[in-house]
Amino acid sequence: MPLIKNGAEIENVWSFVPDEAELSPDGCVVVTLTRLLSQADLLLARNTAVGVRLMPEDDPHLLAEHLDRLGLIEISFPKYTDGRGYSQAQLLRRRLGYSGELRAVGHVLRDQILYMNRSGFDAFETARADLPSVLEAMSEFSSFYQPAADGARSVFAARHVGSQEG
Amino acid sequence: MYRYDEFDAQIVRDRVNQFRGQVERRLAGELLEDEFKPLRLQNGVYLQLHAYMLRVAIPYGQLNPRQLRQLARIARDYDKGYGHWTTRQNIQFNWVALKDIPDVLDLLADVEMHAIQTSGNCIRNTTTDHFAGAAADEVMDPRPWCEIIRQWSTFHPEFAFLPRKFKIAVTAAGHDRAAIRVHDIGLHMRERGGQVGFEVHVGGGQGRTPHIAAKVADFVPEGELLDYLEAIMRVYNRFGRRDNKYKARIKILVSETGEEAFRDLVEAEFEAQREAEKIALPQAEIERIHAYFAPPELAGKPATSAAFERAKAADPGFALWADANLHPHKQAGYASVTVSHKPVGGIAGDATDRQMMVVAHLAEAYGHEDIRVSHAQNLILPHVALDDMYEVYRELDAAGLATANESLISDMIVCPGLDYCNLANARSIPVGQAIAREFASLEDQADIGQLHINISGCINACGHHHVGHIGILGVDRKGEEFYQITFGGRADEKASIGQIAGPGLRAEDVPPALKRVVERYRALRTEKAERFIDVVERLGTEPFKEALYAAD
Repeated sequence: MPLIKNGAEIENVWSFVPDEAELSPDGCVVVTLTRLLSQADLLLARNTAVGVRLMPEDDPHLLAEHLDRLGLIEISFPKYTDGRGYSQAQLLRRRLGYSGELRAVGHVLRDQILYMNRSGFDAFETARADLPSVLEAMSEFSSFYQPAADGARSVFAARHVGSQEG
Repeated sequence: MYRYDEFDAQIVRDRVNQFRGQVERRLAGELLEDEFKPLRLQNGVYLQLHAYMLRVAIPYGQLNPRQLRQLARIARDYDKGYGHWTTRQNIQFNWVALKDIPDVLDLLADVEMHAIQTSGNCIRNTTTDHFAGAAADEVMDPRPWCEIIRQWSTFHPEFAFLPRKFKIAVTAAGHDRAAIRVHDIGLHMRERGGQVGFEVHVGGGQGRTPHIAAKVADFVPEGELLDYLEAIMRVYNRFGRRDNKYKARIKILVSETGEEAFRDLVEAEFEAQREAEKIALPQAEIERIHAYFAPPELAGKPATSAAFERAKAADPGFALWADANLHPHKQAGYASVTVSHKPVGGIAGDATDRQMMVVAHLAEAYGHEDIRVSHAQNLILPHVALDDMYEVYRELDAAGLATANESLISDMIVCPGLDYCNLANARSIPVGQAIAREFASLEDQADIGQLHINISGCINACGHHHVGHIGILGVDRKGEEFYQITFGGRADEKASIGQIAGPGLRAEDVPPALKRVVERYRALRTEKAERFIDVVERLGTEPFKEALYAAD
């Protein structure tokens, strides 16, 4: 499945390991939040990088103390109409200060990618959009009214650049 | 009114181009209907029983004549010559072809309009008092904050896929004409020690489980409003139910969590916002937006107008209309005019392209280029001099727009019902028409006084039946339409949900039954000023239930 990060297609070196499967001794693994929290010391002591996959109902605050040791956070969209992942992403980026890779996985569609990107996602695993269409989707709007995790200047602020409060 | 700057104009144009691409990909089969659906919905495109329907946003219900003429043009060229004012102060076109919608959106963008977020599980058009900026009883003008909320909520990346749709209403008058207590968020503007702020109500709503909103904050200062709204939205987006669409509105989250616990969640989220998350809304920006809403320059006039009084004495039809359809203006010698879209026997809220042209002309000639859509599906000319009133009346009358029934029994809110909507269980329009015919005499309606009848063709309550003084809900029982009657609902500052009277009635039995109810009311009122709803408040619904079922 194509993986697009920072405007380019990249190779996926990570593999997701469901709770019922055993962890291989090496390789970059992504585990569920439950597994991460129950085996944190073991997992984070590995020589290879560890990532976590959040489901929509997971609370991102539970990752707070592990963030600097995680190589990847995946946020899962089982259905693209379930928008909880956008709030998880905003919290991870803006509230908790996570700066590593934040990847959208699951039902990831071209027309949601701009909102995802604005909410803090920098990587998209998608079977339903190729690189050119993802790039197009991300450039469809020239400006945005409200601030978000992407750090883009809001229209509210842009209108007053140069004035005291700009 | 607000005018687009280059940012607003470009964002709306970007949206048209984006949607044009989405329609092309849909027509080419690249987008599946399931994937296209939320995209078209967030652009106001519904699939109705007969065709696609396009819902155009009219932010907080305000239009200028140029915009209204453009809507007339769209009605003429892309629809069957009419449009339909909605209870969200928007307009719907019922017969637009999908392939034409991008072109229609371009025509809208030409006059600073759009269809953004008029549907879908996102933040919808913010509504307000249709007399905002004109009403004698308002503390301040709520429209600038409606515009700020419009901008903040437009394409908000975090809140485009909420559990369910989300509606915000704002009022700044003692008498709430914006129904804020039956909205997902209702804001009541207050002034405290020279500071402007908002009383915040959350979790009101209608539908199959009606709720009156809970007050979650007494006073949020204006500079923190957007941050507070983000806190509410984030709590809702994270914790609102997604397992059942009928339990997905924020009212269910509030009631299942408990008001106290919900308030704590919002307060905790608001407190946790870090400096970097706060929305930088410069004071200069607040002032820039407010400047667009400066009151019109109205020439000073005496409180009474000789021309107005003369015309009333000479023309009883005008006198009746002036008594019913004028609302007190903050400036002496002026009034706000309700342009009734409820002709007896007509379709509530429908306007032809010709009628739109007439209202646009009147707004230009006599109304300081200001037009509003009310949530009761009428148009308003908010600033008209009493001296000009007779001219305005005669032109409206010639266009079939001068029915003297504002807030009277034939000024009903009626959803499209089974005639148009694929959710409906029963027809609404014919029932409304039959009631209007039963009470056809405008003199009689004037004597009955204010009485809101609201009709919905299904439990989703688009016709606001829960908050009608008399509510009518169409239900289907074994293939036959029945109508359940409620009494005592209201949407104002004393908001409450109407009580079901008893078994449903057949369509043909509704008008005579309501006739009996109204006669009972007239017998019970202590004076003419005591409205139907006041009598319900004083005596309860029992006498009216009895009258409803008192057929021979």
